[in-house]
Amino acid sequence: MLFILRRVLSTVPVLLIVALIVFAMLRLTPGDPAAALVGNNSNSEDIARIRTSLGLDEPVPVQFVRWAGKALQGDLGESYYMKQSVTHLIAQRIGPTLSLSALTMLITLSIAIPLGILAAWRHGGWLDRSLMSFSVLGFSVPTFVIGYLLIWAVALHWKLLPVQGYTPINESFSGWLSHLFLPAVTLSIVYLALIARVTRASVAEALTEDYIRTARSKGISELRILVRHALTNAAVPIVTVIGIGIGLLIGGVVVTETVYAIPGLGQLTVDAVLGRDFPLIQGITLFFSFAYVLINLLVDLSYVLLDPRIRY
Amino acid sequence: MATQNKILKNTSVRIGLSALTLLLCMAVFAPWLYTIEPTAMDPSSANILPGVTAEFSDLSGDTFDHLFLMGTDSLGRDTWSRVAYGARISLTVGLCVAVLSLIGGTLCGVAAGYFRRLDNALMRVMDSLMAIPGILFAITLMALWRPTVATVVIAITIPEIPRVARLVRSIVLTIREEPYVEAAVSLATSTINILWRHILPNAIAPLLVQGTYVCASAILVEAILSFLGVGLPPEIPTWGNIMADGRTQFNQYPQTVLFPGFFLAITVLAVNILGDGLRDTLDPKFNKRTG
Amino acid sequence: MVKWLISRCVVAVSFAVIGFAGNCHAEDSSKVLRIVPQADLKILDPIWTTAFVSRNHGYMVYDQLFGIDAKGQIQPQMVDTYTKSPDFKEWTFTLRKGLSFSDGQPVTSEDVIASVNRWAKRDVFGQVMATQLDKFEAIDANSFKMTFKTPFPMTLEALSKPSGNANFIMPKRVAMTPADQQITEYIGSGPYVLKMDEYKPGAKIVYLKNEKYVPRAEEPSGTAGGKRVFVDRVEWVILKDAQTQANAIANGEVDLIEWMPADQYAALKDNPKLELLKPTPAGSFDLHLNHFVPPFDNPKIAQAAIMAVNQEALMRAQMVNKDLYRPCVSIYPCDSPLASTDTGYFTGKPQFEAAKKLLKEAGYDGKPVVLLFPADFAVLNKFPPVLAQLLKQAGFNVDMQSMDWSSLVTRRTSKEPADKGGWNMFITGWGPGDMMNPMFFPPLTGNGEKGWFGWTTDPKLEQLKADFMAAATDDQRKKIAKELQLQTYQTGIFAKVGDFDYITVVRKGVVTGLVPSTVNAFWNLKKN
Repeated sequence: MLFILRRVLSTVPVLLIVALIVFAMLRLTPGDPAAALVGNNSNSEDIARIRTSLGLDEPVPVQFVRWAGKALQGDLGESYYMKQSVTHLIAQRIGPTLSLSALTMLITLSIAIPLGILAAWRHGGWLDRSLMSFSVLGFSVPTFVIGYLLIWAVALHWKLLPVQGYTPINESFSGWLSHLFLPAVTLSIVYLALIARVTRASVAEALTEDYIRTARSKGISELRILVRHALTNAAVPIVTVIGIGIGLLIGGVVVTETVYAIPGLGQLTVDAVLGRDFPLIQGITLFFSFAYVLINLLVDLSYVLLDPRIRY
Repeated sequence: MATQNKILKNTSVRIGLSALTLLLCMAVFAPWLYTIEPTAMDPSSANILPGVTAEFSDLSGDTFDHLFLMGTDSLGRDTWSRVAYGARISLTVGLCVAVLSLIGGTLCGVAAGYFRRLDNALMRVMDSLMAIPGILFAITLMALWRPTVATVVIAITIPEIPRVARLVRSIVLTIREEPYVEAAVSLATSTINILWRHILPNAIAPLLVQGTYVCASAILVEAILSFLGVGLPPEIPTWGNIMADGRTQFNQYPQTVLFPGFFLAITVLAVNILGDGLRDTLDPKFNKRTG
Repeated sequence: MVKWLISRCVVAVSFAVIGFAGNCHAEDSSKVLRIVPQADLKILDPIWTTAFVSRNHGYMVYDQLFGIDAKGQIQPQMVDTYTKSPDFKEWTFTLRKGLSFSDGQPVTSEDVIASVNRWAKRDVFGQVMATQLDKFEAIDANSFKMTFKTPFPMTLEALSKPSGNANFIMPKRVAMTPADQQITEYIGSGPYVLKMDEYKPGAKIVYLKNEKYVPRAEEPSGTAGGKRVFVDRVEWVILKDAQTQANAIANGEVDLIEWMPADQYAALKDNPKLELLKPTPAGSFDLHLNHFVPPFDNPKIAQAAIMAVNQEALMRAQMVNKDLYRPCVSIYPCDSPLASTDTGYFTGKPQFEAAKKLLKEAGYDGKPVVLLFPADFAVLNKFPPVLAQLLKQAGFNVDMQSMDWSSLVTRRTSKEPADKGGWNMFITGWGPGDMMNPMFFPPLTGNGEKGWFGWTTDPKLEQLKADFMAAATDDQRKKIAKELQLQTYQTGIFAKVGDFDYITVVRKGVVTGLVPSTVNAFWNLKKN
């Protein structure tokens, strides 16, 4: 228990520094954010008034503490254009992004792990080699190129699926699936390549261990050996890379949502950036970073379940 | 020099290097490869199909016939010319990011690995930097700064530094325990000397491998930034920009997206294959180092 | 075993989360009209900005005192009866019975007076009217009176103003918001109600039928007549990508595209399931220059920039198909009675040598001119790259800055120098409702800081406008209109880029009832 607590506490300085970096990035703005907010008949008094109301004339450390304090309470400020709180905007758009990510993970894991295991089992065989080539390809072809190719083939040529948009799951399950299927496949390619590769490498290594030889000589079925023994011992690196890959997933979400016009957090990010909507950019970056840290925390904690040898 | 031979005999390295050499030639010799000015536009020759010869009259009134190998985009710019010149940006950005991130990461990694007092703080900062998704970081910086090649390079480099730093740090931590390093210390050799003569030579191989992966990633990120509209200005031909422009008419004229996309994929693939080859010959234990 | 567990957990958790996070509403999809608006709706105050998308939003949730029918005649809308004195100095109005805001409050004279006053502070014509207005008072809850210092025959034109800033009536408490700040409450008395809890800028804007709206008995015509609503729900689906818009309507995922992106014309024209309509007369694109900061505060440099314009190249790049555009040098649409070809020097064809000469004479220092580029606005985003090239050939250094349309609309309010967050030039489109009358045309101002973005100071222009308003005959008006055009080009306030057709795409047989008008009207639409 104490180990878990210590591990959780160790994320606090990381989160703090992340907040500091995000805050610092936006204070590097050239030009005056206050001037950007004032309307048509602006004069220096109006600008000064807005600067004070935004707290921009206070010393920077004070600004940071104030901002961080509000952020802890869930107040990430207000978007420059839409008179709505950043938190509200993020909450509105999180549904499609979560759906997309979940579906992507589902597709990825259910394909990558079995493939990786198979390739490791038939080490050096044609499956192994083609998997390795495919995985390099998966890393190299940009997500949006894959997206457009898929749109062209599936949605336009064969007219199987819609090309854009999003239906929430409680409106229509088939609508939800048909809208998200192509984007999820697009996004999963990169993730697939990564996970399949690592799965193969670690399972291959696990298969060289002595206990595998012992299990085989005991007459245990190959399937049981692969799943029960090899995979569980290879689990740690695989789960690690799943966690690290979340970073890739987030980046990919931004591009995929743009290609398929899905109104999620990725689109919101692009809109915020094109509009130089700094509070929104700040809020989203903070949100994603925290999500990444927390997911990796869960991954680390899951080691305790996966590998009894690991103790903190 | 045996290592060099070994490297060059590796199939992956050969494939990767040859492809990259070809692309480099395309970039350097672009003006002589049947290209026209990549920013020249002729709206009345928009969306010409690949392989068609047509009349091109640029905005100052000069007219001439030209065979458009890859067709033209929505503003009437020759896609092949833009793709050829676009290679310059992609390769430059990739190389610069790789070099800068290797330098930056090495400095941080050495500092953290060798000077124990800095280790904890520095590694916390590196962890935090890694927590911010690289694309988001780059996008945010580009939103703040004026888009030039320099700012794009810096925006992509910063998120790449932590991984290199970790790599170098783990090498430093391993090497400094070696007997010959202890011996050098007891002989009062200067720190710089130790770093230069003992530690760095062991780092070169993994750094080279990591460098190629960083290069590939940088090329991709630059394309994504341009595609999303926050990269280099649209007049500068980069593969991402060409694809961003072609997006709006993808159904009718997919060539504007697919041609640069193909070159982008080939380039990144070549760099990745090169990296795999280097890793296999120089440092097979590479994957264990970074974790 | 572990993998099985993990994947099952992921699936279960994700479904649970999505179930809670998703939207919860069921609807009969046959009464939902899905429209793709021309741009994202981030600014909900149609008085604070002149952006068309905000104006169109205004027409959804607000109503006007008077409307303009398809023949160009001004008809009462919220007003029931009115009288005017023979000397045009006194105007008395009585509102229709039963007018109420969507929250149930009745519309009173106090609301009208506050709304018109706020409009008059922002709108170019409203400012003119405000200087002439002596008294503006309520007689009782339903009637009010306007008294002018001098004869003001264009009162009804002001109250029915369709665009620029359209004259919308809001509740008094909302209209009391200072004119330089945006309103924060969006209750109106129009045919629709904005559903705030589903307002997702960048994704979807939802309007519901306003059950409290009492349409007039007449047939709808222009912005006048009965604004009947035949659907329960209208969704503005924000799709910025032209290709995505085309795909969506071809697939039936949306029902109407307000402003067809020109590069989709060829594909959409041949689709048997779609119908291309021209509900409004031709519009124009103009290049606007900032005269408040260097270098265009120097008319010679402004003229040089205007000489760089190549109308054919610019219009071809943006509108693609020759069916959809026409070069036209007049500042009015070429099919309007006020159009003429007198411009002094502007031919619509590039004059690079003359421009370079002017730059040298004026002593242009080579500092880059900032050209604003709305990268996400499919109907405007092809101009800037072409213009940048043209300007470079004319001897300018150009700094083309990408941003989204909402940022451009906000950035153009900046009076700072261009390198400190200001701007020098941008291109935008105007509808017939804006250009039909020089008094209405927002960019045609010479009153410096009080004028439209660009803040040109040109007393002669203002004098000509006063003359136009006082003119008695059509011939006199035509003559003054011509001089206004000459003066515009002389000072280099703005330049015409070309005329274009504004095409709306609907699903054939599914959507009917589109009302021809000078602005986009989304009432009277039926979905089958």
